[in-house]
Amino acid sequence: MDRRTFLATSTAALAAPALSAQRAEAQSPTRAETLLLVQEYGPNSMDMQGLGSSQPVNGVALNCYDRLVRFKTVPLPDGKGKTFTLNQLEPELAESWQEASDGMSVTFKLRDAKFHSGRPVTARDVKWSLDRAVSIGGFATTQMNAGSMEKPEQFVAVDDKTFRIDFIRKDKLLMPDLGVTIPFVFDSELALKNAGGDPWAKEWLKNNVAGSGGYKVESWKPGTETIYVRNEEWACGAKPAMRRIIARDIPSAATRRALLERGDADVSFGLPPKDFKDLAEAGKVQVVGVPVPNGIWYVALNTATGPFTDPRVRQAVAWAIPYEKMMQVALYGRGVPMWGAAGGPTVAWPQPFPYDTNLEKARALVQQVAPGGFSTSVLFDSGQSTIAEPMAVLLKESLAPLGINVELNKVPGANFRGELNKKTAPIVINRFAGWLDWPDYFFFWNYHGNNSVFNVASYQNKTMDKEIDAARFAPDQADYDTAVKSFVKLAEEDVPFIPVAQPLHDVAMQKSIGGYQFWPCREPDFRAFTKS
Amino acid sequence: MLRLTLSRLGTAVPSLVGVVIVTFLLTRVLPGDPATYFAGPVASKEAIAAIQHQLGLDQPLWVQFGRYVGDLAHGNLGTSLTTGQPVLTELANRLPASAELTLLSLLLAVAVAVPLGLAAALRQGSWVDHLCRVVTTAGVSLPVFFTGLLTVYVFYFVLGWAPAPLGRLDSFLSEPPRVTGFLLIDSLWAFDGATFRAALSQLVLPAVTLAVFALAPLARMTRAAMLAALASEFVRTARASGLTGRTVVLTYAFRNAMLPVLTTLGMVFSFLLGANVLVEKVFAWPGIGSYAVEALIASDFAPVQGFVLTMAVLYILLNLLIDLLYGLIDPRMKAAA
Repeated sequence: MDRRTFLATSTAALAAPALSAQRAEAQSPTRAETLLLVQEYGPNSMDMQGLGSSQPVNGVALNCYDRLVRFKTVPLPDGKGKTFTLNQLEPELAESWQEASDGMSVTFKLRDAKFHSGRPVTARDVKWSLDRAVSIGGFATTQMNAGSMEKPEQFVAVDDKTFRIDFIRKDKLLMPDLGVTIPFVFDSELALKNAGGDPWAKEWLKNNVAGSGGYKVESWKPGTETIYVRNEEWACGAKPAMRRIIARDIPSAATRRALLERGDADVSFGLPPKDFKDLAEAGKVQVVGVPVPNGIWYVALNTATGPFTDPRVRQAVAWAIPYEKMMQVALYGRGVPMWGAAGGPTVAWPQPFPYDTNLEKARALVQQVAPGGFSTSVLFDSGQSTIAEPMAVLLKESLAPLGINVELNKVPGANFRGELNKKTAPIVINRFAGWLDWPDYFFFWNYHGNNSVFNVASYQNKTMDKEIDAARFAPDQADYDTAVKSFVKLAEEDVPFIPVAQPLHDVAMQKSIGGYQFWPCREPDFRAFTKS
Repeated sequence: MLRLTLSRLGTAVPSLVGVVIVTFLLTRVLPGDPATYFAGPVASKEAIAAIQHQLGLDQPLWVQFGRYVGDLAHGNLGTSLTTGQPVLTELANRLPASAELTLLSLLLAVAVAVPLGLAAALRQGSWVDHLCRVVTTAGVSLPVFFTGLLTVYVFYFVLGWAPAPLGRLDSFLSEPPRVTGFLLIDSLWAFDGATFRAALSQLVLPAVTLAVFALAPLARMTRAAMLAALASEFVRTARASGLTGRTVVLTYAFRNAMLPVLTTLGMVFSFLLGANVLVEKVFAWPGIGSYAVEALIASDFAPVQGFVLTMAVLYILLNLLIDLLYGLIDPRMKAAA
């Protein structure tokens, strides 16, 4: 080391304490303005449209980007927060919108909003973003297609502040589909400048945020933490109360619970139902449980191959399931019962099926088809085993007296999807929740003869398909209601899926935290949180 | 010394080649298709095929292997699908976290285990010997996640002495400028006393948890080796020659007993570095063990391969270091090499 470098280093070393003092100053949004959130795992990307994005990436899309519209919020019955309704939309980036008189297009007027880069949001950015969503492939494109948005030609930037979507068919899902966490708006100039030739800037947007949303990402350490800071210039809503959000990834549920109970963390997601039950009963922190819209835990029986092709055997299983026990032992009561309905089907979804635990009926039905009994197996995801495993054990126990021997087949996440795609598992325990809360949407994924990966039971029935399609494109409410009731009735008779419970989406928070907002993507909305 | 080092490194090459081949084949043989997993729940067949193509999984195995080796030669360990980051960067970020924790716990373990083993051997059958037996049995039979959760429960949840188990630093502090990646060293380097104290207090519980586990084999080995050395002829001769008890025990017996202890130490270190997954989970420690396990669950090949390779390299370097240390402790070893 020569004299010069020595001097330089020692000056730097001497200045270091001063520097660190400054760092502390810059962090001044202190405890009261900072929300510390603990979750099992964080985002694996910053781009929800990209391939292979994990569930928490929805949170980045929600908080750091804006959409044209958002769903109207509705207070929860217990007053501890808010949920939403899909039937009414509110402006976000769009100031107003107007459907054409022929009902085949909609025109949006954009508000004066700025990206984090300072550039104004224009209709060209909106077009680029939606073009990207329908072209990029994977989940984003599938979700756009669900709302009949299929080609870039449908999106037109009329002028700087006017944007139009042309319909390829009338679809009631199109407008609500604009409010989910896929069609959000990127700063297209910034993205393209850094894209290095990629027309959709996939690599750059995976690691960087180029949005206009209520929060910016200050730092992102995958697998450790993500820090968000408030966007002081956010134009699309009331100024968020929290200046800084620290989202830490804490893999162990026991540790997350301890942090919350000690008061070191403000909000915790994704605890096992038993912990939520205990926390709710202890009353030291508040637990908000929202029934997951369009979501159920179910037992699916393979209708195409194996022992459950005969509907009577499926009905037998539906009569044999110990529903109440499953609710208490597997879900610890954190769910809405989906059994024992009296009266005919309604237009609600999910809704209880008319089955209940009745071993006599179950035995009689099995006797008609397989008096000697048989052996089979039940498949479930090890990632969901806190709930699915006790359910599977109870199922095995309750089917044994009928002469049905069930083997448990627990597989890790990566294999589980593969197994579902094979469509050979005789019984599957799983949950499904569609983003768009309509019965026909749920049935389209799970019961339709197009046999998507979610049609775990491989259920094929022409009448069912007809009724689902009829509901989806029903011209008026009466036709819609008739179609829904008839496909629910069919589902109850044929029981390819046996609903067990509608799960609650639980969040535990300190009592000082308010403003909890639930959205279809289930990720926390930082913009709404308050702290007193 | 140099010749020894080079020849040792030379013998490591075949092991490395073996590790590369085995990890590659193992990850491919495992059930589970990363493409299906990462295509997301509603992926169409085409989307899955597109991802398979993008990942090169539609190529024959030997082409995939060739590509993998080619990337390795360029220092590219691939990109993790679960975190979306290059594996090399992530390992480089996470290795110091694991290493800092492991080294500190090993230091703690040695500081307790060696004197304990020594005392137990010298006073066979006394209360120290019994204590040694109890401690080692407890250390071996208590699973680390249990000890971890227990310490969190007692010292954080009930007593409130320890800070929140939130990883390497409290959420409201930022990391010191990165020099070594070891927070204790980096914070001292930056003259940041507050950060040093914070980092140390975060380290205490996980380090103690691991130390309890590492203590057992070390204390046992020290005791056994000391007993063997004390019973040997050269110690008897030394005693007969009228040397002081101190010289006999420390200079003659202990120096000879250190060889097997050193071997155990190397094994315990490399084992701890990779296998402290559970401690990492309980304390939200951003180390490499939990990184590898999460990748394995998601059938994410690149991090698993990178992890095994890193561990293999570390293991080889560690063994080399121990071999060199042998030479320092026991001159006969040098002659033999």
